[in-house]
Amino acid sequence: MTEHIITFDKVNKWYGNNFHVLRDIDLHVGKGERIVICGPSGSGKSTLIRCINRLEEYQEGSLKVDGIELTDDVKAIEKIRREVGMVFQQFNLFPHLTVLDNLTLAPMWVMKMPKAEAEERAMTQLKRVRIEEQALKFPLQLSGGQQQRVAIARALCLKPKVMLFDEPTSALDPEMIKEVLDVMIELAGQGITMLCVTHEMGFAKAVADRVIFMDQGQIVEQNNPHDFFDHPKSERTRDFLSKILGH
Amino acid sequence: MSAVFQSVPPRPAPIKQSGFVYWARTNLFADWKSALATVFMIALVLYWLPGIIDWGVLRAVYRADADACQAARGIGACWGVITEKHRLIIFGRYPYDEQWRPEIATGLLVGLLMVSCVRRFWRPSLVILWVAVIAAFFILMHGGLFGLPVVTTDRWGGLPLTIMLSTFSIVLAFPLAVLVALGRRSKLPAIRTFCTIYVELIRGVPLISVLFMASFMFPLFMPQGLTIDVLVRVLIGITLFAAAYLAEIVRGGLQAIPKGQVEAADSLGLTYWQTQRKIVLPQALAMVVPGIMNNFISIFKDTSLVTIVSLYELTGALGLALNSDADWRPFKIEGYLFITLIYFAFCFAMSRYSLWVEKQLNRSKTR
Repeated sequence: MTEHIITFDKVNKWYGNNFHVLRDIDLHVGKGERIVICGPSGSGKSTLIRCINRLEEYQEGSLKVDGIELTDDVKAIEKIRREVGMVFQQFNLFPHLTVLDNLTLAPMWVMKMPKAEAEERAMTQLKRVRIEEQALKFPLQLSGGQQQRVAIARALCLKPKVMLFDEPTSALDPEMIKEVLDVMIELAGQGITMLCVTHEMGFAKAVADRVIFMDQGQIVEQNNPHDFFDHPKSERTRDFLSKILGH
Repeated sequence: MSAVFQSVPPRPAPIKQSGFVYWARTNLFADWKSALATVFMIALVLYWLPGIIDWGVLRAVYRADADACQAARGIGACWGVITEKHRLIIFGRYPYDEQWRPEIATGLLVGLLMVSCVRRFWRPSLVILWVAVIAAFFILMHGGLFGLPVVTTDRWGGLPLTIMLSTFSIVLAFPLAVLVALGRRSKLPAIRTFCTIYVELIRGVPLISVLFMASFMFPLFMPQGLTIDVLVRVLIGITLFAAAYLAEIVRGGLQAIPKGQVEAADSLGLTYWQTQRKIVLPQALAMVVPGIMNNFISIFKDTSLVTIVSLYELTGALGLALNSDADWRPFKIEGYLFITLIYFAFCFAMSRYSLWVEKQLNRSKTR
């Protein structure tokens, strides 16, 4: 993997004046690479991936996505957002729109696609997450797992090159986690670049090319899942892994 | 642990309960407190009602006969004052022979409003209808075209003026309010400050002084020879006033939208205006429908203040009709009851419509 689709170069970010949330982040993500990011809460892992589609700004360093440097240029940001899909912990579906309208919104308004074509594309994505029979319902009429699958389908409708997952299963009831993970595993097999903040270590072992451990705004350790879990190098990683795997 | 799974026996379906007796039992006599309140209310009605019917119906004078009314004073209502003066009350100083014009014009306007309330008609051609009706309204009211004699705006009055002022100020104030509410949350300090100052300034003064300024002070600052019709100035005054209050209501709705909604729209690449139009405003406005309608109703009634700048809308026209006539002046109460009924009919319709809108909007929240 020589070609990089995302390049962090010495990115630093502060919240307010003194909370240093990202410290000297250097990260190169290859095309089609699947990365799982873990770490204790407040370690900056969500902030890190939210920088990629500019939901968060950073103060120092540079970040390039698909060859475009992220700056204050609104047009560049909109262009990048078309290439980068995102799935949130709280789903963030639009409750006043039907499932189908949630999915056709971006194709119709961002890509100016005719309605019929956008609906066709939406139905394809809904089939992909196995929920096409719910197309005409409103999001709040669905279960959490169904909502999150709709959210994944919505992000896929723009045919993004990169998918960001921000703790996609953390808000779900235990029996619904699997249905979402299954969809994500399927997606991982299809060559799309994925960055996933999650504590689902089973998922990490199954699909990740690389696992990154963050603590206090720094990337402490990164490795392939096998070595990461079996031979963690740093004390902090070992400590973290013992806490989340030890029960 | 080997708890045996035991299924709960199925419960019978709830019995469908309806009918007056059931309704009364659940709503009026649910427990002793509500029964007591019901009995008290019935007693109160029985105590007042006979007197009201006696005064308002049985002993009332319906003929436009001032002497008969005088004779019945204190015993029966004098509805004769309405019979005699209703055209003056409803149309104000508009020339008597031309009053068919405001009648048709107002009918068109009210019809347009009713059509606009129905979801089925919410399509682009409705805009064309609005333009056509507004044009027809002004041609009919003002005249000067198609052989209609000119009636200047200072003679417009009564119910047509009330409806016209409230319709146009609401229609103009609403989009302005949305822009100001968005502006107050803008990232650009200049826009934010400007919108904040506007809202705080307007909220700090009574509508009466805004109307005074629009009517008497504003012309002093106009260049020589250039005048803007007083009706237009007053309309702008009410619009700016109403928009400031509406903007705060809308802002309340905007603040209730979770940040995640905007983030999701951002992540899909929607622009700021697309996000506001498609995601934020539909949800924010739906949340504040009761507040918005409250404001609309209050604008409708606040138009009665334009009397102080010599525009005789419904309330002003009533005073105009009765104050100058010694025979009928004593029967102002009946006159006020008459316009109360008119105001109530409009306000009640608005309030019912607001409930209907809420119900429509809540459909996405129910299973």
